[in-house]
Parts: sequence; C-alpha cells; structure tokens
Amino acid sequence: MNTVAETRLKRPGSLEKNPRLSQWLRVHRDGTVSIYSGKVEIGQGILTALAQIAAEELGIGLDRIRMVPADTAASPDEGVTSGSLSIQDSGVALRCACAQARALLLERAAARIGVSARDLQVTDGAVRGAGRSTSFWECADDALFDREIDETAALRSPADYGVVGKPTPRRDLPDKIAGRPHFIQDIALPGMLYGRVVRPPHNFAGLISLDDSKIKSMPGLAAIVRDGGFVGVLAEREDVAISAQRALRLTATWREDGPAPRDVYTWLKEHAAEHRVISERNNVEAKSRAAKVLEASYTKPYISHASIGPSCAIAQVDEGKLTVWSHSQGIFNLRRDLALALGMREDAIVVRHAEGAGCYGHNGADDAALDAALLARAAGGRPVQVQWMRDDEFAWAPCGPAMALSLRAALDSQGDIVDWQHELWSNGHSSRPGRAHGPALAAAWHLAKPHERPSAINMPLPAGAADRNAIPIYDFPNQRVVNHYVHEMPVRTSALRSLGAYANVFAIESFMDELAQAAEIDAIAFRLRHLRDPRGRAVIDTAARRAEWSGWKPVEGRGHGIGFAKYKNLGAYCAAIAEVEVDHEVRVNRLVLAVDVGLVINPDGVINQIEGGAIQATSWTLKEEVKLDARGIASLGWEDYPILKFSEVPAVEVELIDRPELPSVGAGEAAQGPTGAAIANAVSHALGLRVRDLPLTHERIAAAISQST
Amino acid sequence: MGQGREILGSEGRLGYAPRDAFAEERGKPVAERFRLIVNGTESELEASPDTPLLYALRNDLRLIGTRFGCGSGQCGACFVLIDGDPAPACDTPLWAVAGKRITTVEGLSKGRELHPLQHAFLAEQAAQCGYCTSGILISAAALLAKNPMPTEREVREALDRNLCRCGSHNRVVRAVLRAAQE
Repeated sequence: MNTVAETRLKRPGSLEKNPRLSQWLRVHRDGTVSIYSGKVEIGQGILTALAQIAAEELGIGLDRIRMVPADTAASPDEGVTSGSLSIQDSGVALRCACAQARALLLERAAARIGVSARDLQVTDGAVRGAGRSTSFWECADDALFDREIDETAALRSPADYGVVGKPTPRRDLPDKIAGRPHFIQDIALPGMLYGRVVRPPHNFAGLISLDDSKIKSMPGLAAIVRDGGFVGVLAEREDVAISAQRALRLTATWREDGPAPRDVYTWLKEHAAEHRVISERNNVEAKSRAAKVLEASYTKPYISHASIGPSCAIAQVDEGKLTVWSHSQGIFNLRRDLALALGMREDAIVVRHAEGAGCYGHNGADDAALDAALLARAAGGRPVQVQWMRDDEFAWAPCGPAMALSLRAALDSQGDIVDWQHELWSNGHSSRPGRAHGPALAAAWHLAKPHERPSAINMPLPAGAADRNAIPIYDFPNQRVVNHYVHEMPVRTSALRSLGAYANVFAIESFMDELAQAAEIDAIAFRLRHLRDPRGRAVIDTAARRAEWSGWKPVEGRGHGIGFAKYKNLGAYCAAIAEVEVDHEVRVNRLVLAVDVGLVINPDGVINQIEGGAIQATSWTLKEEVKLDARGIASLGWEDYPILKFSEVPAVEVELIDRPELPSVGAGEAAQGPTGAAIANAVSHALGLRVRDLPLTHERIAAAISQST
Repeated sequence: MGQGREILGSEGRLGYAPRDAFAEERGKPVAERFRLIVNGTESELEASPDTPLLYALRNDLRLIGTRFGCGSGQCGACFVLIDGDPAPACDTPLWAVAGKRITTVEGLSKGRELHPLQHAFLAEQAAQCGYCTSGILISAAALLAKNPMPTEREVREALDRNLCRCGSHNRVVRAVLRAAQE
C-alpha cells in the first residue's frame, strides 16, 4: 500500500528541495520585496529574468524587487547554476511562491479592511476596498510566509502578463557600464591581504624543491604559505604578491605527471573504459532497403573557458568560522568540498556569491575559493583575496573535453536514411564540486595529505553529458548510439557550455549534409523529410525564410549551411544558418538563428544569450584548440589561444518564436551546436569538400584539400 | 625593512600566525612617491617604480573600473587613456606615466552624468558579463575623439585590441555608432 508521501508528486522546480515559502521571499515595510534565489548571475542576465517573474506574480513594479545575492546562510539550495535550467528550476519555484504570497497578502488585507478578497482593488501593492486602504507592505510579517509552499496556488495567465515577455534592461548593467564596483575582483575588505598561488604551468605530480631564501626578504611580503605541494604567498600589495609568485615559481622544480598524448583522438579510442549503447532502434525491413552506406569521423579539440577576468575569491577565518566570497556556480556544493578539503564542518563555513567575469561552465572559480581559504588560515584573521593570473587560468581551469566521433548511415534508393550509427569517445564532462567522494578543488590534490583528484563523470540521460544530443532528434527506423567513456584524464576536463552537445551536433549535422549530398537533396528539404517534431520544423523553416535560403546565388568561394538541434533533446529548439567566405581563412559573414524557448521571459535577454552563444561558438569553430605539449597544456596566453576579434565577428540575426502557452526553457546553450554545424556545412559548401576536424583553421582546410586530391 | 614570514608547521602542514602577527606595519617596498594626474585630479602615492599602473589605480586610488585580464596588454580589459591614447594599465609601470594625463573609465563621465558612449551602451544593452566593458569604452572614447563619425568597419578595427568572450561585439559596435550619431 502506498503512503501519501510516496504517491505525492514532486514539487515543481527547486521547490522540492526548498519547500518553505519564507525561503523564497520577504516583503518589507519600505515597499520593497527581497527575492532569494539560489541561482547566480554569471553574465547571462538571470537575475533580471527572475525579478520579472517575481514582479509579475506579485503584481508589483519591477523596481520594487531586490534580488539578494546567493549565500549559503540565507538562500535556498538550488544546486548549480548550469545546464540552462535556472528558469526551469528557480523561475518555476518563484512563480509558485510569489503567487501564493500574493494570495496570502490579499487574504490578510481583506481581513484588515473587512471585505472579501474578491472586492479589493490592488495596484502595485496598494490595496483598497470599502473606502479603506492598506498595502502589502503593511500586511506582511515574517510569520505570514512561515509555511509550506502550496504549489496549487492560482498562477497568473500568460495572457495577462505585463512584465514577463517584455524586453527588460539588465539590472546589473548600469554599474558595469559606469565602471562602478560590481565584481568580486572589486571587493576590498578592511585589512585585506593579497594572495597568489605558485603552480606549475602543466600537470602536477608533486613539488620537488623550492628555494624561498631570496623571496623571504622581499619588501612588503607578509608570508609564504606551504602545505605539501601547495605554495602561496601573501602580501600587503597585490603587485608584490604577483612579483613574489613569479620569483618563487622560478625556483620551483616539479615532478611531472605522465606525458600528454601526442594524438589525443587516437589516445581516447585506445583508452575507453566503458562502452554504453544509449539508444537502439531496429527495423529489419527498413534496413534491408539500404542502397548506399556512408561513414565519416569527426573530432573536436579541448576548448578553454577563456573568460576575460581570471578566477578570484576572498576568504576570511574568524573564530574558527570561514567566510568565502566566490563566483562559483554552486555555492552549496563548493561549501561541501571546502569542508572536505579543510577538514572543517560545513556549518562552520559560509559561502557568499559575488559576481565574476563571464562564466561558461566549470572554470577556476571553485579552485580559487580553496586557494583563498588555505591562505586565509595563515593570515591571522585578515581577509585574503586571490585572483588567478592569466596563465593560471589557462593551465588550471578544467577544459571542455576533446571528443572523437564516428558516424555511419545507410540511404535507400529514395534518399531516406534507413540506418544510423553514432559512436563517441570522450572523457567525462563534469568534475564539479559536490559530486565526488573527495573535494574537486585543485589545491586539495597538492596538500601534504593530498586528496585524490576525482575523474570527470557524465550525468545520466536524457540530459546526458558527453552523450548530450548524441541521440538524433530525427526519425530513423534503425539507430544505434554508443558512448565510449574514457576515465583516465590527460587534461583536467569538466563542463563547458553545452557539454557534448557542441561536438555531437557538429557531427550529426555535418553528416546529415554529407548524406543529403549523396542523396542529391537540398540540405533543408533533407532534414525536414526526416523530422516530424513540429517545433523543430518551425525553427528550421523560420531560419530558412529569414536567410532566404532558397534564393542563394552561387559565388566562387562562398557557401551557406544549416545546423539544427533541440538542446539536450529536452530544451530549446535552435536552427542556425551560416554564410561564409573561404580564401586563406574562413570568414563568417552572417548568422541567422531561429529559436523556440517556449514562453519567453525577457526577449532581449534571450536574444543576447543566443547572439553571444553564436559568436562564442563561431570562435570555437574557427579558431580554438587548447594545444598540448609533452608536459601538458601549452596554451597559456592569448597569443597561444586566439579568440574571435571584433573585426572577425559576423552579423548575427535572431528570430524568436514565442510560445506563451508552453513552459519556458533555458536559452544559454542552445546556439552552440547548431552554429558550429552551420559554419562547418557552409565551409564545405564553399569548398566542395568536407572538413571534419575542428577548428576550421587554414591548416585544417589545407589538410582536407591535400587529402582529397 | 620587514622580513617575510614563512609559515610552516610540522610535516609541512600550515602553521597559524598569531592573530595580530600581521597587524603591525610590514616592511614597505623600495618605494618612491609618485604624482599621478588621473581624471584631471593630482594624486600622490608611494610605490615601487615598477608597479604596474593597474594596481596603483585599483588598490591605491580605488578606481576599480580598470580591470585585470591578462597582465600583458593583450586583452584590453585594463585599458586607460594615457595622454589620450588607449594603453594597457597592466603593462605600464608607474615610472612611465609620471606627469602624464591618465583617464580611466571613471573619468569618462562628468560627475553623475554619464558619457554619451555609456548612455548608448545602456540603450543597446551592449554587454553580458561586463568585465571587458570598461576597456572597450576607453578604446571607443579614444576613437570618437579622433574620428567622431566612424564607419562600422573603423569601429571594429579600433576595438580589435579588446577581447570580449561573451559575444557582445555587435551590440557594442551598434552602441558606438549610436553614440557617434548623438
């Protein structure tokens, strides 16, 4: 017999883990409302969108909403701000919470005035009825929201929305554009010391020796801190900390880890430890119609986050309590791993979120937090700020994993795909804190009593990780998709925007073009004959119309191409069309993207994320590859790791298909795969031959040309 | 002159400095007094001549709009105007700027009134994370001072020394062209 608890449906979004109404909002006497979200601003504009949702359900002006920065001492635990899930997790929760809060406030206002809630007029929190008036601000107190969320509270109908769905300026941009303090790097606490960590510029296996005799007397140096192979310096001035770090590093000798593989793609195929069939569909009759078989292999290199602002953290130890300021994507998970690394209790640690530079996945933010905490333990109660240097960031932040992919398909005589096979080889795409037995924080592996470095793992399907978007969204009668997981990691890998989806969509959509060519069918018509999903068809149609696909006039050296995906096979639909020009290098002239994210909360926010994602994916696709030498990562500065420049950025046009009746999904990662694939297809169209290895540099294209002749 | 303090406990574990160990005035760097003209105001500070201008601005003068990105003048996040030309503050030692006119992002606005470029950036919502924004504003201000009606191509070329990772480039270009129109 089932108990009520067992049969209860899970609460929507983050309410399941944070079911008290008081966890989500507080209404103040001064006419403002504090909203507590566990999701954090990482440059994507999420706090603006969440404020819109809260204002909408409360029925008050947007300027009354205060978004409280996430803090383990005050905020709901919403896990990690990742996976384009913040609108689904936090937005859904806030929508319920604010709807219920409004109902409770109206009930109380009605009792005060002495009429029924139906007979009240409510404007921006001011309540009138029977000639009397009160307000939300008078009616609220802490006890009112001290109750369980009622997820059945009536929600406003999207048809009545006044704030949600309107282009809304970002709340954080006025500070950032005026050059006012806003970032964690800008925080200066009284008495703050500056710390830097001395690390080797490559994989670490241990510190052999260090000569600090000359540095010890460096004027302004406060301390040299050592714990096994973890070496840091503390100084009164930031520039002195940097000089000391540099000087000390010159004296260090390191025991090196095993050599990095010469050919990483062959290495991946040789080192796969688990082989999992993640999708299989069999139709013998269809398979028997196979008339033509094609095979192709694709590769995607390690890619760096390459944020413009290196990772930073501040930590302070006071009376055995540790306070850490971090731009981590998951402050609760970071707190857990800090506790493990430092041998402290979690309740002795508070992690406060402070905004960093743009974050595109698991970068060095969490590592910097442990660096700062280790140095703060030696700082006699004074706060310590650590900012990584540019080479620290390139060498030590996890990379997006390299991937190898092999595809095989059969066409029948009508040009229909009757069989589809997709195999991929990759390290795991997540080594975030909070998920392994030990701390996933770099410094923890170098201490005198070291913790073991956890291997990157893959989250399960349907979202998946290495295999994200590996299962085709097209309708094929036979298919087999295999994920070959590589446990051993020559380079530290973790989540980078869209995880495996970028490489899988690049491979699938490149191969769809190769098949379309073999079948002598237009690339878009070929996709549409294999795709039933009406929302998928709609974004492809919309992009094709906007880009005037069928009106393309062939010009020597120019090409156009399409890429399409439904992110994670669960989220946003996105079709991208690229127009390129190829001579010595590839130049992308124009990108047209059509996107369906369900109900759009902030249209300009979604467009900004899609534009930004498309431009970043253009950079990945044309230029980016983390170079390895025998010792490990060899790309340590912008000269070794160029990214797209202003004069190389294409025109980007975004068309949104708003679907107010459908749930909102995230926009942040939708453009990555389709954009990369569209560019690759356009390059192939321009050249008349296929380049299957990323990035599409001059060298890769020259290699493809020499192979084809 | 103070000595650095090595903190090494038994077995190489971290030792703890006494709570007040850092309270005393530590040894100062071999410092000189510098007179800087920043945003039209003369300031004095004491630092080593090799100190990058960036840290004097951010930590001594608390002008934090100028931000660290790479330390080698390759990303533009720390650009300031030195006698009207954009230059990386991370790579410019104090001795090289004594007596020169330095303008930071804070100096673009007149009191509370934002620079036309800043209004245009807001109107175009021309940022995502905003970390590179200050340096881009500096490059754009230098461009408009020399070329008040640039073409789109000239704007892009003028901003090629500024990196943006979020992909706000086209909004930024539109904002600069808008500011030029106004």
